[in-house]
Amino acid sequence: MALLEVKNLTQHFGGLCAVSEFNATIEPNELVGLIGPNGAGKTTIFNIVSGFYQPTRGEIVFNGRKTVGLKPHKVTGLGVARTFQNIRLWHDMSVLDNIRVAQHYHLGYSLLDCILRTARYERRTREIDALAYEILDALELRQYAEELPKNLPYGIRRRVEIARALSIKPALLLLDEPAAGLNTADLDGLISLIRWIYNEFKISIWMIEHQMQVVMSLCQRIQVIDFGTPIADGTPDQIQNNPLVIKAYLGDEEI
Amino acid sequence: MQRFTVPLLLIAALVCLAWLSQTGVINLYWQSVFMYMGINIILATSLNLVNGNMGEFSCGHAGFMAVGAYVSSLLTVMVLTDDKAMGFALLPPSWSLAFFPISLLLGGLAAAVVGMLVAIPSFKTRGDYLAIITIAASFIVKSTIENINAIGGARGFMGMSNVTKAMSQTIDLPWMLIWVFAGTVFTIWCLRRFLSSTYGKGINAICQDEIAAEIMSVNTNKMKLIAFMLSSGLAGIAGGLFAHAIGYVNPGSFTIMKSTEVLVMVYLGGMGSISGATIAAVVFTLLMEGLRFVFPALNSALHWAHLIPDSYQVSQVWKWVMIPLMLFLLMHIRPEGIMGNRELSNVFPRLKKFYSFK
Repeated sequence: MALLEVKNLTQHFGGLCAVSEFNATIEPNELVGLIGPNGAGKTTIFNIVSGFYQPTRGEIVFNGRKTVGLKPHKVTGLGVARTFQNIRLWHDMSVLDNIRVAQHYHLGYSLLDCILRTARYERRTREIDALAYEILDALELRQYAEELPKNLPYGIRRRVEIARALSIKPALLLLDEPAAGLNTADLDGLISLIRWIYNEFKISIWMIEHQMQVVMSLCQRIQVIDFGTPIADGTPDQIQNNPLVIKAYLGDEEI
Repeated sequence: MQRFTVPLLLIAALVCLAWLSQTGVINLYWQSVFMYMGINIILATSLNLVNGNMGEFSCGHAGFMAVGAYVSSLLTVMVLTDDKAMGFALLPPSWSLAFFPISLLLGGLAAAVVGMLVAIPSFKTRGDYLAIITIAASFIVKSTIENINAIGGARGFMGMSNVTKAMSQTIDLPWMLIWVFAGTVFTIWCLRRFLSSTYGKGINAICQDEIAAEIMSVNTNKMKLIAFMLSSGLAGIAGGLFAHAIGYVNPGSFTIMKSTEVLVMVYLGGMGSISGATIAAVVFTLLMEGLRFVFPALNSALHWAHLIPDSYQVSQVWKWVMIPLMLFLLMHIRPEGIMGNRELSNVFPRLKKFYSFK
């Protein structure tokens, strides 16, 4: 059974049709790329899948559950984590706290537990701390645990954001332009990081990316959309030679 | 050992305060200053939860205070005293010590329910628009009270002094001072524990990036509801204490001026800092009381030097020039407030050796 199925997804913003009749299937443990020219509707699709927008039409099934209409935190609780194009960490909170707060959905204690510091609160706090340090160790970020993200270099912030997304133990990780703003040295690090995450955690990754180097070297399958509609779907080799894709990116040959 | 320093200090302070008041070393005036201080600390720290930690702009705190003040006053007067309007006492006066804290908590609860009036619109709006809604909510509360004649309408409501009298007749102690002290400690204790937990940090996450909070598994609507209800509930407790400390309430005490005073305290202390709000509340109360003596002195000095005409008197109204001026200067010189968003233990790390706050 597919991990994520997106059927006939359509999103209108007033008169603008951002996404129209978009279909996609992501299998467990698959690394899929989503590319397209600027304004093609890629981030809109991610926003719908993570529950932030309610689609005009269409259906999303994740792990056998329909997620359209669920609040974003519920969708995340089911196991869809994401990162953002322009890093959205909580900048005045330590890296460690960033990861702790991401466990909010599974905290498992109430306001009263928290004020009375019950046994349940103490146990859950210990468990969450252990989990946070585990993920920081795995991504070699432990030395930054007490730092504020706003004081960290851009490449490290990216890693922290990926760590925060991974800390909720997702089955599907959505990466929205992970390479945006990185220099060439960081880029190689990012590619190996994503490959390592994919192999280590055995999760599915769905990635929007403009850097062809990243997409072509990582993805097993690539989807291309233009003006909100899918125009191609295939292996990196097939995509590179697809005339429709070349037309969408470079324009018509004849002119 | 460090675990006990804070509770021990607090108990020592309370015993000292009660003993000095009882023996008359601290006179009634200073007792009331201390009570205002405590009430202001509760108001400032609770508003700080919404304005400082959650980054919303609530400016109707006096409205919630009014709800708590009226509900707890009505309850104590109705249950504990023979009152013309409210009928005979339901419980003997000796029960007053047990019933008073319950009435305070019920007042807080009622204020928290009214706080929902603001919390629910906050799901969809934020910023300036929500600020307007908070003002509207406080006006709704004030006008409602003004128009209910059974509780005195605009004239106000009294009879709480009988309750405090009943308390000191049962056991002879300065009870209101003790209750205000307990309420202040309770408020700081609750807020501190809530905000230092991962659960409470969800509120800071909403402030720093609401979209990220929503998508990274924080139930933002629930957290906003909790923040607004906790904040207004604690303001309600402050209202109950205020009403019993002066023995009289009227809607005129809970105008937008009162909300502004609390706002000034929050911004003076620094956004999102509990110790900042506490320090600011103490400084502000002392300043307000100090100004009470400064203006008459200034008045006679200016008259003596013939700098102002004889027909003009420098009155206490100048207080309302001083407060905005203070806020203006503060924003100009130190926009982040006394403490910024740091706590006392961040500024003086050595303090951590002497206490642990759990």
